[in-house]
Amino acid sequence: MFELLSYGDAGWGDEILRGLAITVQLAIVTLPVGLLLGFLATFASMSKFLPLRSLGFGYTTIMRGLPEILTLFVVYNGVGLLMNAVLRWWAPDAPPTDFSPFAAGVVALGMVFGAFAGEVLRGAFQSLDNGQVESGRAIGMTDRQIFLRIQLPQLWRFALPGLGNLWINMLKDTALVSVIALDDLMRMTKVAVGVTKQPFTFYLLACLIYWAMCVLSELVLAKMEHRANRGILRA
Amino acid sequence: MTQPDIILKAEDIHKSFGHVEVLKGISLEAKNHDVISILGSSGSGKSTFLRCLNFLETPTSGKVTVHGEEILVKNGKPQNVRHIEEIRARLGMVFQQFNLWTHRTALENVMEGPIQVKRESKAEARDRAEALLNRVGLAERMQMYPSQLSGGQQQRVAIARALAMEPDAILFDEPTSALDPELVGEVLKVMQDLAAEGRTMIVVTHEMGFAREVSSEVVFLHEGRVAEQGPPDEMFTNPKTDEFRRFIAKVM
Repeated sequence: MFELLSYGDAGWGDEILRGLAITVQLAIVTLPVGLLLGFLATFASMSKFLPLRSLGFGYTTIMRGLPEILTLFVVYNGVGLLMNAVLRWWAPDAPPTDFSPFAAGVVALGMVFGAFAGEVLRGAFQSLDNGQVESGRAIGMTDRQIFLRIQLPQLWRFALPGLGNLWINMLKDTALVSVIALDDLMRMTKVAVGVTKQPFTFYLLACLIYWAMCVLSELVLAKMEHRANRGILRA
Repeated sequence: MTQPDIILKAEDIHKSFGHVEVLKGISLEAKNHDVISILGSSGSGKSTFLRCLNFLETPTSGKVTVHGEEILVKNGKPQNVRHIEEIRARLGMVFQQFNLWTHRTALENVMEGPIQVKRESKAEARDRAEALLNRVGLAERMQMYPSQLSGGQQQRVAIARALAMEPDAILFDEPTSALDPELVGEVLKVMQDLAAEGRTMIVVTHEMGFAREVSSEVVFLHEGRVAEQGPPDEMFTNPKTDEFRRFIAKVM
């Protein structure tokens, strides 16, 4: 069995590790995209301007209602078509390009993460004590300073537990990109199973790896929560 | 820097929430070194009025003049001010609930305004913050978070935070109302010291002792109007209106 997992031509260790690297990369690149979309959705849905508010709630409602895998297909195929349509209009002679599975994964997973994160962040904003903002105003801070210096640092305390859940979900959802032929951990596992006919060994290995990533995330999140709660919990 | 004689002037301030008119035309003038106590039963509009002075609430109409700069408000819209922040920075404010920033230590709370708003250097802000915290008796507590301090200590940090901006005047919004009775004294003591050194203060309070002993002028609000106004001795010994007489009878 260890031979199967060894590094090099005989074993699948290197392929699996490469798959793992893709999975981690995908998750790490998706996170800021998703957070950014989440903040935009929050600002939109808290806006006083009705069309913007509708846009925010519309995005959240639609994305939360779709199965992730369907979102992924729509993005992969739809955005590919759109890109080529734009490309033809922009440069009629250019050859059609492919929307890379990696980019499709980032966009699709980011959109899903953003929709859920928008709700988490909106809840967190509403949990903030208004007195904290008022004392910022009273001292002469601008709205921008109040957001960056007071609201944002205090937001994490309420948002981190929810965002942590979303991160772990997203980490696992990266497995979906294996269906659009991105060579992530899941796909490399399936390839190994197909070739070696040892499904139990390789699926178990994949389980352990996903689980290890999850545990590692939980450790980091616990540290971050501890920091976000400084001044609240008595050390 | 010499102060203009009149630090703060409010003229004919009206404020409505929906159809309810809370302030029905209040005027007030604070000269340099004045300590003005604003009294009134709950619902009289005293906190709302105070919050209109630094535009935490925008008046429905009226005029506020701070440091010679006039802000005219009509139909709930300030007509001529671009930088409301500059006005606010000139008026310190101390809240009933302290409102210290929970994610920052006492020292950081006091340094924040000078660094962010007045663009002072960190070292300069720290020196003054330390001196101010020392003055309000919290030299030993500078590195603590608000949650680690008692209410009285938090309120003293809040006063130091207001002082750090070197304001023209300080607004106090019921600064001792949220405190346990045994902690009220330490905060009043600090306020008394500030009054003694000639700070201009406008204090919404239920502390009759403070109003009577410390302030130079008392303003009594009743149902959104100034019902009576004058030097404390005169007002407390010889109230002119029935409303103020009833109010004193209830609270003293």
